[in-house]
Amino acid sequence: MAAARETRLRVIALYKELHRLGRDYPDPAYNFHKKLRGLFEKNRNLTDPGEIEKAIKMGEYIRNETLALYSLRKYRHLKRMYPNPSPADPTP
Amino acid sequence: MRPSAVRLLNILVPVKRTVDYAVKIRVNPDQKGVDLNVKHSMNPFDEIAVEEAVRLRERLKDEVKSIKVVTIGPTKAAETLRTALAMGADSGIHVEVPDSAPPPEPLGIAKALRAVIQREKEGVDLVILGKQAIDDDASQTGQMLAGLLDWAQATFASKVDVDPKAKTANVTREIDGGLEELKCQLPLVVTTDLRLNEPRYASLPNIMKAKKKPIEKLTPADLKIDLTPLLETVKVTEPPKRKGGGKVESVDELIAKLKEAGITPVKS
Repeated sequence: MAAARETRLRVIALYKELHRLGRDYPDPAYNFHKKLRGLFEKNRNLTDPGEIEKAIKMGEYIRNETLALYSLRKYRHLKRMYPNPSPADPTP
Repeated sequence: MRPSAVRLLNILVPVKRTVDYAVKIRVNPDQKGVDLNVKHSMNPFDEIAVEEAVRLRERLKDEVKSIKVVTIGPTKAAETLRTALAMGADSGIHVEVPDSAPPPEPLGIAKALRAVIQREKEGVDLVILGKQAIDDDASQTGQMLAGLLDWAQATFASKVDVDPKAKTANVTREIDGGLEELKCQLPLVVTTDLRLNEPRYASLPNIMKAKKKPIEKLTPADLKIDLTPLLETVKVTEPPKRKGGGKVESVDELIAKLKEAGITPVKS
């Protein structure tokens, strides 16, 4: 039963992390928190440790994808706002 | 101003709480400023600075003695310090200015940072800060600080390699038309360019751990400095609206329109 407690803690930590990430989601039309809650609720009655592990891995994948989205979005924005001047720039 | 006697690095990273990069800026009706009742976060270039300090420690390990972050701002600026601590800094210094006070200018900030550095018993060997803040785009603080301290400076850094034993650093700078490599003596001020690194996202466990890290609170009076602005903002306006473009039907029409606009062909 210690294993169940362990996975429970992992799942809760993952949920908290995704929930906090969801606050910064750029598209207001996409209800991140509703989807997050829905997907976690769908898997609440899993018992097979293999399936549980697969679900956790999926959650971690989504977390990493979201992090990548945020950092790329920020980088692209900053690169546009602060471009590197090139030698081909005509002098004003 | 006195660098550490032992060959260990003490790194200071000043950070600034600015309007978040994704916020749509609106000019106030009085045309004296912009709407500040919006989301704020750490200046992205300062995030890169914190990340660089943390990566230096990952590379140099025990040769980096401490990474301190400092901010000069209102009460809420402490949140920015917490983010930096969550990214890997050891401790923070918050020079608190009243919420009603006007935002400090780069020269005032540079003088405050000098006072903070001179206060540090262990000394500071390396100051890494963002090249500019995305709210004022001044790009002055790093250079002014180096001047006030009489330290070497390497601005717009896209690569930093420190040798604590030799007390030197090789810095690659982004300049017009290419890159420049500098060999600098420590102590050194470095300002970060966008291409230096990709800052990490502070994970929730790290944010929780950061709550235990110490933040020292100071006032400008403690540092014996005056942050009153020397400049007055006369007017703030939005950039002119983009004029709509026009469509052309053929290449000949395009060439005619270009000639009209005064663009002359170049011999190929």
